[in-house]
Amino acid sequence: MNSGRLTVENACKKYGRQEVLQDVSLSVFAGERVALLGHNGAGKTTLIKLILGLTGLTGGTIDVFGHPTGSDGARRTAAYLPETVNFHGMLTGREQLRFFARLAGESGKQVDGVLEKVGLASAADKRIGTYSKGMRQRIGLAQVLMRRPQLALLDEPTSGLDPISRRTFYDLVDELAQAGTAVFVSSHALTELEARTDRIHIMASGKLVAAGSLDALRKEAGLPTRITVKAVHEKADAVAAKLGGERVNCSSVQLTFGADEKLDRISAIAGLEKGLVEDVDLAPPSLEDLYRHFTAKGDGSDHIN
Amino acid sequence: MITSISAVAGIELRIAIRNRWVLISVLLMTLFALALVFAGSAPTGVLGIDLLTVSVASLTTLTVYLAPLLALLLSFDGISGEAERGSLPLLLTYPTSRGAILAGKAIAHILILLLAICIGYGIAGLAATLAGGASAQGVEALLRLCWTAPLLGAAFLGIGYTLSGFSRQTSTAAALAIAAWLILVVLYDLGILGALVFDDGGVFTSHVFPVLLVANPADAFRIVNVSGSQAASLASGMTNEIGAASSWASLLSLILWPALSLYVAMIVFRRYET
Ligand SMILES: Nc1ncnc2c1ncn2[C@@H]1O[C@H](COP(=O)(O)OP(=O)(O)OP(=O)(O)O)[C@@H](O)[C@H]1O
Ligand SMILES: [Mg+2]
Repeated sequence: MNSGRLTVENACKKYGRQEVLQDVSLSVFAGERVALLGHNGAGKTTLIKLILGLTGLTGGTIDVFGHPTGSDGARRTAAYLPETVNFHGMLTGREQLRFFARLAGESGKQVDGVLEKVGLASAADKRIGTYSKGMRQRIGLAQVLMRRPQLALLDEPTSGLDPISRRTFYDLVDELAQAGTAVFVSSHALTELEARTDRIHIMASGKLVAAGSLDALRKEAGLPTRITVKAVHEKADAVAAKLGGERVNCSSVQLTFGADEKLDRISAIAGLEKGLVEDVDLAPPSLEDLYRHFTAKGDGSDHIN
Repeated sequence: MITSISAVAGIELRIAIRNRWVLISVLLMTLFALALVFAGSAPTGVLGIDLLTVSVASLTTLTVYLAPLLALLLSFDGISGEAERGSLPLLLTYPTSRGAILAGKAIAHILILLLAICIGYGIAGLAATLAGGASAQGVEALLRLCWTAPLLGAAFLGIGYTLSGFSRQTSTAAALAIAAWLILVVLYDLGILGALVFDDGGVFTSHVFPVLLVANPADAFRIVNVSGSQAASLASGMTNEIGAASSWASLLSLILWPALSLYVAMIVFRRYET
């Protein structure tokens, strides 16, 4: 087994007779940021719990950087941010983190630094019961950072965070990854994952339906790229005729084409005579488009709408 | 291992101090104990027994009810509470064992019981001595009470964790804990006494009854404390031979109960699916 990565091979999980995971295989390497997407009930949390050894596999194997799941070695390797964190309201943030440091067998020197990093320095001595949801989430993140783990498993870490906190959150994730941590994040927040992950896995009803970098997923999906050309007043028809696009309103023309035609289309627009085009907007298929594409294809029969 | 046990024990103590559990336990013990001392102070002198000895007899009865209750209150959400809050899965991903987590909790809770019992009965004993004098036997009986009561408490801590480990919700665990207290502390005695009356001196009375009595931790505790002291023979009316024999068995029962119930709690916790 390779000790520099997390390897999941043909993982299967049944709860009673319900097959929650079917034949899931993936790996996450040191220093990589990998996202796990999927609808509610797709099995994301279950997969993360299996990796942590919190629940047992019904088939397949999982290897955590050379350690079997649930072993002491695996638990030393992986840090976890649960989907719903509720710490004891009577303790202060600092006390809670000191406790986690001692459990992890560390001295607790890093506690202050980590609290600072997640922006809780000023609230460190207040009771967690008085914290906002976002602040509690940050305590959860702080205990992950504090452990400087080889593998970080983050289950919907940005739910409940405001846009600025989300950005800081991903900055911290980048920092972790740069320090060599393999980061595995499950999320529904597609736009933020788009820029912040190296590879993406998409799950639907317990099956892995797509995996790869954003570019690779775009290629595989073959979804059209869209260019919206904003024409100068009363020139929309002329532009539409020359570029072969479709007029969508009085001033805009939309071109839809496969990814391989992109450069040709752009040069065609650039080659138009002056005084026709006011602005151009290019939109490659977004992660949301890809997500829809793959989850629809992958038989999302029990998808909740 | 040792560090995680002490980390868990430390955090549990801190929580118990914060949400005033420690204070409430100590106050409860002290107030009830003092009330009994002064309620018992009226008829003294009649038999020429010092007030402390008389008080210990009534404190023993108090302990039979209160120590299990306190222990169950401390322990009923030990596992299900963590599970309900969602902190259990996170705790279990740390490099420590479930055994260490439970041991840490148990140590913290035993310390709280010990504190409440020693302070409560210490103050009551002092008050009794000042008000009505103390004999050597009285002091000895009080000390015996102070180290056997935490054993009784520990037995019920294990029962509390076990019930907690069978519950998905703290409310279920609370209901089970109350039922356990009622059955083991109240109904059990009524049941076997009823059977005794019904049996009217038959095989049950001679062979089954003593075993049933010793097998229950609350009764074992009563026998250990009652048969040892002078007040005992007065209060219980038990003949000396039965007293001596069942006293040792009861002491054994009182020591085995916490060990066994905590061990069972450990097994249940190990199997708890998060
Ligand atoms: N302990 C359990 N017992 C029985 N079924 C379970 C259990 N945990 C999860 N499931 C089932 O497994 C399926 C996957 O659940 P899971 O929590 O992994 O989904 P998820 O992808 O994390 O969803 P969400 O986005 O809502 O968090 C669901 O159908 C759920 O009902
Ligand atoms: Mg989930």
